Amino acid sequence: MRATARLALDKIACVRGDRLLFEGLSFALGAGGAALVVGPNGSGKSSLLRLVAGLLRPAAGSISRTGELAWLGEQPALDGSQPLYRALSYWADIDRVDKATVAECLGYLGIGHLAEVPVRMLSTGQRRRAGLARVIMSGAAIWLLDEPANGLDAGAIGLLQSAVARHLAAGGIVIAATHQPLEIGDALIVDLGA
Amino acid sequence: MRPLIAILRRDLIHAFSRSGALLPIVFFLLVATLYPFAVGPDPVLLGRTGGGLLWVAALLASLLPLDRLVLEDADTGMFDQYAVRGIADETVAATKIMAHWLSFAPALMMAAVPAAALLRLDGDMLARIEIGLAIGTPGLAALAFGTASLTTGLRGAGAIAGLLMLPLAIPLLIFAAGSLAPDGTGALKLLAATSLLLTAGAPFVAGAALRAMRE
Repeated sequence: MRATARLALDKIACVRGDRLLFEGLSFALGAGGAALVVGPNGSGKSSLLRLVAGLLRPAAGSISRTGELAWLGEQPALDGSQPLYRALSYWADIDRVDKATVAECLGYLGIGHLAEVPVRMLSTGQRRRAGLARVIMSGAAIWLLDEPANGLDAGAIGLLQSAVARHLAAGGIVIAATHQPLEIGDALIVDLGA
Repeated sequence: MRPLIAILRRDLIHAFSRSGALLPIVFFLLVATLYPFAVGPDPVLLGRTGGGLLWVAALLASLLPLDRLVLEDADTGMFDQYAVRGIADETVAATKIMAHWLSFAPALMMAAVPAAALLRLDGDMLARIEIGLAIGTPGLAALAFGTASLTTGLRGAGAIAGLLMLPLAIPLLIFAAGSLAPDGTGALKLLAATSLLLTAGAPFVAGAALRAMRE
């Protein structure tokens, strides 16, 4: 399934409010392809990711994709009142992921010992790791990561990079918007500031 | 189907675990308890006005959880995650309306029995109230969710949602009160029509509102 993952943007323009953020943006990624979206604050990095995710509609152009999406946004989308494991299990249930995988992903990201802690007690970085766990366990072919390194310490950034590398090696696609240096193999650099 | 069952179950667990579901029932019974003290224990007066009063209480009870029906999930980005998974906003809205209905309507119908006793309503009247509640509460739930999603993100959203909802709820209330009369079959049909219209329309209104929130 993953070998057929594909994503293509064709002459995309994005308007937020009355401001044109970018236009004529085209690139395509096949299985194993990665893109790193960079640019100064307010240049439209998150908007580009939301366009690809289908959360925003482009002002012009078209996006075509083959493969399911996994979205790591600014918000954790986890129940604050629930223990971490239960909160993630909700999404595992929706994504048809078995319980063992949930535990495995928690362990991989070094938050296995927090499984019974309510999400609202977690730190920003721990919540970020939990969001990453949802992306990794979802089994979706196309990962959209909006500032994935935000709030993560050096160790977690290493885990993120190796998870991305594994995903790409398995034929997945990754697009990450970031203002921090992130090492992703031979990623296509999409510079919105240029 | 699987995501929808998960959403429904989560919403119900939420509603029942925070005693949020108990609140409308307590409120409903409170109104029925206080009313005879306010107007006096005259059985004729209570019998004539009690049914209508219970409907007003039901309407207000459905409004109680209004502010948290949509806001929390919007704030934590749940709707974005549903959308990315290709679940239509309308489908999410319809599921959440059903969860909201399940969280207050059946309990309200049970509470109507002691409430009717407090107001000294006879069995006939109670039966008419129960039938009316069964038909009308889906409309109330749909209306509450629709207005909640339209006002999410506004300052003082709870109050605005209430103000927005009340005029739309008036037709429901008029037909519901009409159905309590001895020859109320016609009003009952109109109540059913209004409730159906609201229940069928609200997911689309709410879906559009959820989409607009993301823009």
